[in-house]
Parts: sequence; structure tokens; C-alpha cells
Amino acid sequence: MRRSFPRLIGAAVAVWTTLASVASATASHEIVMGFLCDRTGATQTVGVNMCPGAQDYVRLVNAKGGVEGHKIRLIEIDHEYKVPPAVEAYERYKKEGAVVIAVYGTPIVYALTQRLTEDRIPGTTPGFGRGDATDGTRYPYIFPIAATYWSQGAAAVDFARKQLGGLKGKKIAYIFYDNPAGREPIPVIEDLSAQEGFQLKTFAVPPPGVEMGAQVLDIAQRYHADFVIAHLFGRSPSVSIKEFKRVGYPLRKVVSFVWGSAEADVEAAGGWSAAEGYHVMQFAGVGTDYPVLNEIREMYKKEGKPAPKEMASTVYYNRGVVWAAVQVEAVRNALKAKPDGRITGEDVKKGFEKIASFTLGGLVPPLKITPNDHEGGGLVQIYQVKGGQFAKVTDWFSAYNDVVGKHIKAASAKK
Amino acid sequence: MIHRECGVLKTTYEADMALYPLPIARWTVAALAVLFLLVLPFSVHEYYLSIVNLVAIAVVGALGLNILVGYTGQISIGHGAFMSVGAYTAANFAVRLGAPFWLALPLGGVMAAIIGAIVGIPSLRIKGLYLAIATLAGQLIIEWTINHVTWISGGVQASIEMPRPSFLGLTIASQREMYFFLMFFVVAALVGTLNLMRSRIGRAFIAIRDHDIAAEIIGINIFRYKLLAFAISSFYAGVTGVLYTYYLGIANYEQFQITVSIDYLAMIIIGGLGSVLGSVFGAIFVTLLPIAIRYAMEALGGLVFSQASVLNIIPNLRLILFGALIIFFLVVEPEGLNRLWRNIRNYFRVWPFAY
Repeated sequence: MRRSFPRLIGAAVAVWTTLASVASATASHEIVMGFLCDRTGATQTVGVNMCPGAQDYVRLVNAKGGVEGHKIRLIEIDHEYKVPPAVEAYERYKKEGAVVIAVYGTPIVYALTQRLTEDRIPGTTPGFGRGDATDGTRYPYIFPIAATYWSQGAAAVDFARKQLGGLKGKKIAYIFYDNPAGREPIPVIEDLSAQEGFQLKTFAVPPPGVEMGAQVLDIAQRYHADFVIAHLFGRSPSVSIKEFKRVGYPLRKVVSFVWGSAEADVEAAGGWSAAEGYHVMQFAGVGTDYPVLNEIREMYKKEGKPAPKEMASTVYYNRGVVWAAVQVEAVRNALKAKPDGRITGEDVKKGFEKIASFTLGGLVPPLKITPNDHEGGGLVQIYQVKGGQFAKVTDWFSAYNDVVGKHIKAASAKK
Repeated sequence: MIHRECGVLKTTYEADMALYPLPIARWTVAALAVLFLLVLPFSVHEYYLSIVNLVAIAVVGALGLNILVGYTGQISIGHGAFMSVGAYTAANFAVRLGAPFWLALPLGGVMAAIIGAIVGIPSLRIKGLYLAIATLAGQLIIEWTINHVTWISGGVQASIEMPRPSFLGLTIASQREMYFFLMFFVVAALVGTLNLMRSRIGRAFIAIRDHDIAAEIIGINIFRYKLLAFAISSFYAGVTGVLYTYYLGIANYEQFQITVSIDYLAMIIIGGLGSVLGSVFGAIFVTLLPIAIRYAMEALGGLVFSQASVLNIIPNLRLILFGALIIFFLVVEPEGLNRLWRNIRNYFRVWPFAY
């Protein structure tokens, strides 16, 4: 025994050195991806379903051998929708060498913009604001990668135009949560009202947004709106559905922005039959029938586990998948340029700006991100509550790009 | 600190009234200064400095709130809003008029002091919970105003991008540079509060807290000193808001909502009402504890739960643990961490010869 021990060590050292040399020969380099999340704070209902989507997608990518042979390490940190924990998390990502960070939450996007730009780490903010961040020359390291509120406003007006068969002389009501995010699209919609010749009236719902009986009554019975555009968050979308129902306003004449458009909102409003007709806007595909989702279910099956319950909330779960997938795609583009895996935030930024025709089987809109356009076209889909599920009404579209572009230009010129 | 005060003789009034009358206390302060100004910033990764920076900002705010709540006995749930007043004032001066930070920062503080004194007017007639509700109204009115008056908030998005502060041609951007920038204000706030509380004004505050009618009878002008307490406290809050704005590079409406006011109240209650050291302890506790719990959970959580559920459990358990620890510390010592620290100190002062 005593004699064999040194030999054992010798063998171990030999194996270890060969393994190390093999490892360095293939040069698999871990890619660190930061993912801020909120599973406990103000937007908890979104985070609990969206972040697992991102987690599962990255796990799937790693299970299939990683991106160009490199594994991804996704670090999720919960910030309770508060700025100081988000700043701390951001610095931790920086320390860990993150090359791209998912920035969850409007106040957090604002708080981290300057740091991201200085440290040259791209941050993605789908659905979390900064309409002006579309301009990649002004904010080189902020990537909205999904329709901003400006694009959503334009798309909503366009949808109303198609539904009503022209907008001339029509009455549009815009009901919104009274905070900066809620007011963000107003200038765009106002411009469109002048251009298209419709009457616009805005109805503010003060925080916390659970009391809007008066506004809805006003819209339905005094203003007699022909169409309603709703931009509400948290609990308020479900309240709005209930109130419209109560005053007898047809829900098919309502279209909601992306944060009032999940299964949970419909269920909280009294179920699918109560919300029949309600239109919702989406920046990711809805439903369960996408190849990548099947692969995730397959992955769970192989592990002998049931598919996660979060997948049932397809709106948010799919958004999480899309969010992670676009980031992974940017990393893939960066790795194609630098196959050794030693990529930086700058490489990933360039990787984002090469994304085109990446659709993941219809789940992701056909984004085209360029150095000037970090939004990728501002594409949305409209779905409608019909027979117990979301039924697709339109394919991916964007509208009034000239008007939105004018506002982006004006915002960049101002600063 | 653990001081042995025997054998220290003072021969002048100045020596008796010094901020730190004991030599060992002066040595402790000097050692802490060396640690925080020379050793710490050059020995750790910037990540750790970023945490210290967050604590530093919280210390200034907690000190200010403690002047009002702990020393003067007036409650305020409006400090988040006072911070936003400071932040937007400084941001407007810095962006529109190009004011440097040494001008924008005090201006932000002064504006917050003025608004704070106005919000504090009801304190002359009402106390306790009633005053809390009155200041809550202040918080909501200021939030609403900033949210809706684009002349103040710089547009519908209610956010103003702040240029990095620069000093003698040096732009303060990295966490390490920011550390020194913030440390200067932390030291100023600490020394300012310590001295304020030894002065006539501070004594008047304490007298009002202990019994305002008695204070009035011995000749303290309640009207003046209550509003002064609101003004000074709001000045600190305003400066905190400006520091926060410089630190993040943006003044944003959502960074100063009511939860921030509550967080700061939690800091001083946990740390210890009416004590400078308590404010520091509270700021450290509230800022660091969630981070520490998360690290512990990440290291140990995988042993108990599956990896996928850890991600869901960590944040929720962190909230539960955070709440539980607050209750634990307050049950152990209702007067806060500062009192706990003094108990420990008093124990070791006579150790091992306790009597």
C-alpha cells in the first residue's frame, strides 16, 4: 500500500496534466451573462414566470453543448424592483466578467444606463422603457430589443385604424397608469391624432391603479370612445377589464399594451369568458406550440421531471425565453468573430447589431438590430381573448415608423 | 469603542468639551480614518467599494432622519420625497446652468431644507401618528409634482441625466473615485451631526423630544426649533438625494418613492433612535444584510433545495430572513443596534472583573 501511494499521485498528476492540456486545446471559455430579476418586488407576478423562461432557455443551450462550444453561466440576482440592490448586483456582474446584462425594471434601466455605457457592457431592456434608447448612436450600450412604448403607441393607433376602418373624426381614449412609463407614449399618440385626424382624450389612473371606475365610466358613457388604448401595469389591467365589463363597454374595442396582456390579467379579471374580445399586444410569441418550447419540455422529460408550472403562463414565460435567446444570439455572433471565447461587452454589442432574421420558430419577432436601431424594428403582434385562449389577430407589424423616428431624433437632439 | 477612561485628567474647559475627550478615543478615530481612507480603498476590488458606496449614501440619509426622528422626536415619512427635491434641484442646476457639484450639491440641500420646513409646519400642532400622516401627504404631493411638472422633471419620463462630478479637472466616475467623493460627505455629515447635538440647537431638539411643554416653559422657541429640525434633517436628505444622483448619473422619479422613506425609517429604528453611531449601524445593517443573506443562500441553498427552486427560494427567503432578523434584534434590544453595542462594550469594560 505504502509503495503504491506515490505512484497513484503520479498517475493522478499525469491524468490531470493531460486533461488540462486537452481543456486548453479546445479552449472552452465560460460566458457570463447577468440577469436581473424581480421575483419578490412590485412586479413579482411578471418575474416569477419570466425569469424561469430565461433560465430554462440557457440550460437548454448548455445542454446542447453551449454556444459555439462555450458554456453560458447565467447569474440571476433578484433586486426586489429596488435600485440599490440592482446597483450592487450590477457591480457583481462586472466583477464576474459579464459580457451582457438583462436589465429588469424601468427605474433600474435608468439607474444603470450611465454605468453600462461607461463600462461598455450591453444591457437589454425589453419592454422596460426608454423609447429614446432606440437610437444606438445616442445610447450605444442600451438595447431595448423589443417594441418600446413609443412603437407600441404607434402600433395601437394603427390597430385601431384597421379595426375602425379609418380614424378620421373617430374618438380614441388613452387610459394609462399615471407614472413616467404610462405617460411616455402620449406625445407619439398626440402627433398621430393630428396626422390622422382623430380625437384623443387621455385618462390617468393614479397609483396604485386599482381604482378607475370614474375614468372607465367617463370613457364609455360621456366621451363615447370608439376605441380604447390601455397602458396599465400590475393589478390595474385586470381591474380595467372588470370595469369595462361592468359599464357594458365592448372589450373588442380595447387594446392593451404589453404589460396588461398576460394570462394572469385575464384570470384576475374574472376568467376567460369574462374577458372575451379583449385585445392584447405582445412582443414575443404566445402559446405553447413553438419548437424551442418543445425542446425545453423534452429536456425536462429526459431529466425525469415534469415541465415547469411556469410554462403555463405562456406570455411571460415566452418573453423570458425570447429575452435570453436574443442575448444568446448576440453572444453567438460575437463568438463567431472571436472563436476563442474571450469576448468582451464590445464584441457582444457588435453581435447584437448583427442580429437579423433570428425568429426561433416564430417565437421571436423578425428583429433587425442595427447600430442605429437598437429596438430592432419595434414589432408587435396583437392577440385577442377568444374561447378560453389568446388567438392571434395580426402577424408581426410596426406602424408609423416615421412619427416614432421623429420623436427618437428629437430626444437625441435634446440631450 | 472600548475605552478605559481612568486616569484622564482635564485642566481646561476646552479639553473637557472636546469631541473625543479620551486619548484612546482619538486613537480609535484616527485608526478608523486610516482604515477607511488609506487601507480599504486600495486593498479591495471595486465591487466591494460599490457596496460601501451604497452604505455611505444611506449613512448620510439615516443621519439626517435621525436628527428629526431620534433627536427631536418628530416623525417623517416624507424623506424619500425630500431626497427627490434635492436630486432634481441639483440636476436642473447642473444640466441647465452647468453648475459644478460643489454648487449644485448645497443648492439641492437648501431647496430640500426649504421644502422640508414647509412640510414640517403641521408638526407645530400635531404629533406622532398624525404627524406621520401629514408628512405622508408631503411625500405624495412632492411625488405628484415631480411626476407632472415637466419643467422640474425634465420631460414626461421624469428623469434628468446628470454629468459626472468633476473636481480640479478630475472626473469622478469609477467606484473608487466615487468612494472618496462620498466619504468626504459621510465624514462631514458625521462630524456635523456630532457637533450639532452638542450645541445649543441640539440640546433644544432633545428637550423638545423629551417633553415639548417643559421645553417651551424653560424658554425654547418650539416653533423655531421644530422647523429648524425639519430643515436640517431635510437638508441631509436633499444632500443624500444629490449624492445618489451623482452616484447613479441620473435623477429619476422612481428612485425616491415612499418605500425609500420607509427603508430609512427602518434603518434608524434598527440602528437606534437618537444616536449617530446607531444611524451608521442601521444603514450598514439594512444595506448589507440582504446581500449577505443572498451570498449565504447561494452557498448553502443548493444543499437543501433543487437548483431550479433555489432561484425562487433565495429572494423570498431573503425577505423572510431579513424581517425575522429585524424582529430578532429589536426583541433582543428594543433600543437598537447602538444600545446592543454599548451593552457589549460596557461588559468588556470591566471584564474580567465584573461586579
